[in-house]
Order: sequence, then structure tokens, then C-alpha cells
Amino acid sequence: MDGIHDMGGTQGWGTVRIPPDEPVFAEPWEAKAFAFGALSARLSGQNLDAMRHAIDRQHPYDYLVDGYYGRWLGCVETMLVDSGVLAPGAVDARARRLRGEDVSEPPDATPHRPEYQPTAGGSLREIEAQPRFSVGDRVRTRAHAHAGHTRLPRYTRGHVGTVAAIHPAQVLPDTHAHFIAENAQHVFAVAFDSTELWGDDAEPFALTLDLYADYLEPI
Amino acid sequence: MTAVPRPHDRPDAALRAEALESLLLERGLIDPKVVDGLISRYENDVGPMNGARVIAKAWTDPDYRRRLLEDGTAAIAELGYSGPQGEHIDVLENTPTVHNVVVCTLCSCYPWPVLGLPPSWYKDPAYRARIVREPRRVLTEMGLPLDGDVEIRVWDSSSEVRYLVLPERPDGTSDLSEEALAALVTRDAMVGVGRVTSP
Repeated sequence: MDGIHDMGGTQGWGTVRIPPDEPVFAEPWEAKAFAFGALSARLSGQNLDAMRHAIDRQHPYDYLVDGYYGRWLGCVETMLVDSGVLAPGAVDARARRLRGEDVSEPPDATPHRPEYQPTAGGSLREIEAQPRFSVGDRVRTRAHAHAGHTRLPRYTRGHVGTVAAIHPAQVLPDTHAHFIAENAQHVFAVAFDSTELWGDDAEPFALTLDLYADYLEPI
Repeated sequence: MTAVPRPHDRPDAALRAEALESLLLERGLIDPKVVDGLISRYENDVGPMNGARVIAKAWTDPDYRRRLLEDGTAAIAELGYSGPQGEHIDVLENTPTVHNVVVCTLCSCYPWPVLGLPPSWYKDPAYRARIVREPRRVLTEMGLPLDGDVEIRVWDSSSEVRYLVLPERPDGTSDLSEEALAALVTRDAMVGVGRVTSP
């Protein structure tokens, strides 16, 4: 999906600042949000790609205002509601009651975790198929995204690059996030020249992304 | 009405985290000991000191350096570092003529086993948006001006591959032990937005 999360190359953000002596978690709730996020796949019967997609789907306003661990909190709630572990509105109602508002909580939902069984732990898989491309091949990225989860950023779509390395096969986020199939396939490190992405006036540099075979077509 | 309509009295994040925790606890879905253990592990045990040990060993042991550049995951696991967000780690070598810098534009993927959880600047929209478009300018703003003849390579972590930068060993450190070298290595140098300096 074309969402706020897909930030590469967008403009107007200002300067990057490095705060000195930053703690791992700025507030105790950030630590809790991290822990719940780390447990979210197990709690919801989902997976890491679904978790990323639940972050992609946060409202653009909330995405920016909530910050990193606020998004984790939001995505955990989304995953739990999607799997029927919590009812829609349950977290908001409980939070309001905690601050003294007289609101009623929704009745429990019926859990409906996805019918999803990973074939192995993690995202890497052994596959028998030979890599579709070789190092040095010129490839073009797919020009359009679908409405679901994808790891092909907008700024690289429809561009030509060169395969620089072949990585181990991984489950395809685009189908795995939606519990359709693992679709394990090779991932290719594809190097793009900065002028291919940003035009002739671009700073000279090389940009490499790790792209799933389905994102690429031969030239 | 042109403003984005959002609830003006939405409970804040601390309250929502507390609410979520109480809902999960009363359903018996989380164990407070597991939650505390996870938090403690990433506050105390998993962090850039792990990556710094990898880098210092690579600086002092040429055979380890070769293994690290050939198969980062395996060489890093030799020192006991593996786990979530570290299924496959590639190591990128900085040289006097090549400078590598790492980002994740789509979320904030980061090599947890060697660097811990990402710092705020790595998650900042300004970094995620700009380092893939004007890296030389961003690095200069972040305090790392590079000579014009240095080739910049930017790596956007768009799959489950994670990247660790092997910074250049600073001059004047030939007498230092591996442990003393590890103490010099910074998180920012291992992402590629800083360099390691002599003590």
C-alpha cells in the first residue's frame, strides 16, 4: 500500500538530530509497547509481516504523532482486534476508565486467529528453485503497488538496477502478511545509480535494496 | 473543515499501554515475568557493545575479519550474538574510498543482535526520507563530512537482511587491546553516520 510509512525520498522533514546519551526507552510505556510488540505475533496468531502491515495501516496522523513505540502500541491493538482477541474499542474504553471516565467496555469478541501455520521459524527458507537472476543482470522493478503489504518502496518502482548479490530465500511479505502463502523466493540485492532514481542533478551515490524475485522483471 | 478529523481526547500512549496491559493480564495472555525479561534484555544485554566487540575482533584478527565479510551471520554468532532481527547479517566494509551507510525507509529495521534497538535518529522521518536521496548532505549535517572522492553506498534494509558497517580502524591504535578498541567503537559508526576516532 502507498502509505505514510513509505518515507524514502519524501521532502520537507528538516534536519536529523542525534540526541546525546539517549536511553533505550525514553518512557516506561515505550518499554511495555516494545514487549507487547515482541509478543504480538504469538498473541494474535499472526506473523512479523502482518505486524509490519499493521504499522503501515495506522492512520497517517497517528503514525507521525505517536512515534515509533506509539506505532508499536497501535499495531498490537490492530493485530489483537483483527484476530478477535480484543473487541474493537476495548483498549480505548479501558484507558478512559483508567482515567476516571464513566464509559462502558465492549463485550468480548470471539477469537478468530488466522488459519496460518508457518513451515519453519523466522523468515528464511531453503528452496529448490534456482535464483531467477544472476549477479550482473539488469532488472526493472515493478511499477505499481497493490493495496496490501509490500516491501518495494515507492521511490524505487519502475526503475532499472543491477543485481549485486543473491541472498537466501525468504517468505514473500506481500502474501505472508495476509496469510495467503509463504511464497518463499530468492531476494536480490539490486544496486541503483542515484541518477536513475532522482535525476541528473542527484548527488552521485549508489543505493542498494534487497528485493524479492516477484518485484523484478528481466530487461 | 480541512483539518484531519482525529479524536481530540484520545487517551495518551502511557494510558493506552496500561489499558492494553490490564486487558492482556486479566485474560492470562501475558506473563509479567516474560514482559520484564524482554525489557531487561534489550535495556541491558543486547546493544551496540555487542557490535563493538565484533568490530574490535575484526580489526585485530585478520582471519576473523575475512570470515565476517564472507558470512557475517556465522562470524557474529561465533561471539554468541544471534536472535530476532539478525537472521541474516551482512557486513559492509568502509575504506578510505568507500563509505557505507544503512537505513530502513519503510519502517526502522535494524540489526538488533549486534546494535540493540534503534536510536531515535534512525527512526526519524528526516533520516528515513533523506539519506536515500541526499546522503552526502545528510551525513555532513550529522557531523560526518566526506571528501568529494569518497564513494557513498546507501543500503535500504527492505528485506530480512540486516547490515552492520565495519568502520575504519583509527590511526594510532596499534598498541590497543581488543577490549580497548571495542570501547572506541560507536553505534553511529556501525550504522555509517559516524567514524571511530582515536582516544
